[in-house]
Amino acid sequence: MKNLNNLNEKPILVSFLVSGDPNIEATLKYMKALDEYCGVIELGIPFSDPVADGSTIQEANVRSLSNGFKINQSFDLLKEFRKDSDTPVVLMTYYNLVYNRGIEDFVIDAKKAGANGLIIVDLPLDEAEEYQKICKKHEFGTIFLVAPNTPDERIIYSDESSTMFLYLISTFGITGTRDSFEKMTFDFIKRAKSLCSDNSKLYVGFGISNEKHAENLISQGADGIIVGSAFVNIIKEYGDSEDTIIKLKELAKELHGGIEKGYAKYIKSD
Amino acid sequence: MKCDKNGYFGEFGGQYIPEVLKPAIDEIKEAYSELKNDEDFQNELSYYLKHYAGRETPLYYAKNLSEKLGGAKIYLKREDLLHGGAHKTNNTIGQALLAKKMGKTRIIAETGAGQHGVGTSMAGALFGLETEIFMGSIDIARQQPNVERMKLLGAKVNPVNTGSKVLKDAVNEAMRNWTATFENTHYLLGTVMGPHPFPTMVRDFQSVIGKEVKKQIMEQEGRFPDHLVACIGGGSNAMGLFYPFLGEKDCSKINMVGIEAAGKGLDTQEHGASISKGRKGILHGMLSYFLQDEDGQIEEAYSISAGLDYPGIGPEHAYLHNLGRVEYDSATDKQALNAFMELTRTEGIIPALESSHAISYAIENAGNMAKDDIMVINLSGRGDKDLNTVINAVNKMEN
Ligand SMILES: Cc1ncc(COP(=O)(O)O)c(C=O)c1O
Repeated sequence: MKNLNNLNEKPILVSFLVSGDPNIEATLKYMKALDEYCGVIELGIPFSDPVADGSTIQEANVRSLSNGFKINQSFDLLKEFRKDSDTPVVLMTYYNLVYNRGIEDFVIDAKKAGANGLIIVDLPLDEAEEYQKICKKHEFGTIFLVAPNTPDERIIYSDESSTMFLYLISTFGITGTRDSFEKMTFDFIKRAKSLCSDNSKLYVGFGISNEKHAENLISQGADGIIVGSAFVNIIKEYGDSEDTIIKLKELAKELHGGIEKGYAKYIKSD
Repeated sequence: MKCDKNGYFGEFGGQYIPEVLKPAIDEIKEAYSELKNDEDFQNELSYYLKHYAGRETPLYYAKNLSEKLGGAKIYLKREDLLHGGAHKTNNTIGQALLAKKMGKTRIIAETGAGQHGVGTSMAGALFGLETEIFMGSIDIARQQPNVERMKLLGAKVNPVNTGSKVLKDAVNEAMRNWTATFENTHYLLGTVMGPHPFPTMVRDFQSVIGKEVKKQIMEQEGRFPDHLVACIGGGSNAMGLFYPFLGEKDCSKINMVGIEAAGKGLDTQEHGASISKGRKGILHGMLSYFLQDEDGQIEEAYSISAGLDYPGIGPEHAYLHNLGRVEYDSATDKQALNAFMELTRTEGIIPALESSHAISYAIENAGNMAKDDIMVINLSGRGDKDLNTVINAVNKMEN
């Protein structure tokens, strides 16, 4: 796996937000608020039928789409963000939106807007040949997902196919916060680490919401954690307000603290 | 049509699924490709279809309707007489048996009209599998009798309040549930859609319809029909009727017609005609035709019949449409209601509103056909579940 963006050597926080939740201007504010704590920002492009998402992110998609969200607004938002920040941004969406625009047009427009890569939740490797060719041609980052039940050879193949980072789905199921992580997740992180190339970045997502989660997962050797529903819940509760920004920053800071603690443990155990 | 190894019919089909589901889908693919050619499994399936579900179903010459329309001879394949009241049982028994062979203890399913939910609940009761059904809350309101049946059969019915609260949203919820539960759970998909191998597998289980028609029409008429007609939600009863005729050389002249829901009209926003009005896209694991806006957001489908308001169509139909092998037409709510009344009064058969869309094709076209033309219509289900809907609609029209 090639390190396109020189992602940090120390483990990072990846924050996920849904474009247009509750409106586009607010999303830009939230991205800026989270920027100082994040190694990567993941910007969701809402889809009408998000089958891999739990109710928190589904509802965020509905809030955005019912305000008349259009894909171009995500690109415009990113252009604005790029005026102040060079933090890597990856887009996250479902394949129909990419396919419908034309894969190449989508990649060109996303790159022009300042995106560094793309996560397509319902595009498994087996169906991704053309997509990978196009991303390669435009030097646009690819990120594939693997899960605790993904066989070894497929993890290796996914690692080789991911040019930015590999997305580790923590457990079976959809997005949404969880109480705690089990042995299955820890074993999975270790297995993936032993299979993937040394300079690959392995970020774990799905269900992470607090400092303890961050600490535990990073202490197992993950290079980053991806947090979505926990941020989206704050946006849902506080809406478009100053409070939202304060709470988002508080949570990001807390997660960041967990990452530092986990990393210290990991270094010691190594 | 044979799909290739990745489950493509031409450019349609495939396996567009979240990574977590890949091993679960592979497991089904392997189990099915083994059982498909396993004599014991096929015998067991045939046993239940015959002694439990009541196959074979009659192929009935609808003399009164034929004479009234004054053209082609119309035959009805009586899937309405199948246990459960619709063709859905062919598939639910097949997949429930498969689930058992795979060692699963729980089945889940989406449902629109409630017929697939009922079929799944019956199979769950029969084979001792815990059963959970996902159903849009709008469909729950308009298909109450079927909701009660599912509950009586011991299934848990989960109302789906996301999105448009109908069939496609029920599929979304069932898939989400499966993503977390596939270790002990089989997702018993109700039509020829979804990721490979579902479109092929469901078509195979429904093909018993067409196989019987072939034999029955030879017995009654000594030749194959000129027209085959079926309604299309996802397309399983239609594939079940068409498929056994598709491979035959001497069947190349058969006019096959699938009828989609035109709802309040194809020139309105309220219909379920994915072939006439949709574009290529990807949803629920497959590349096919979908109703969608210019950004690719999936649009809501509408039909008076809950079983037809799905904004997509199975990939094999998309392929057959592109080849020009099957003709895809549509019927409005009004035409379906009219066909419902017509069949009820002329033949004493109350059809499902879904099937009424297919009957409507005969009403529009049979009169212009030659007297010795033979048309077989798949009467996919009975109409008891639709009485409220029909009575309300008729009252509205009269007022
Ligand atoms: C009686 C009946 N016919 C037809 C359908 C449509 O499904 P398909 O197109 O898969 O046959 C349904 C679906 O619920 C149904 O209940």
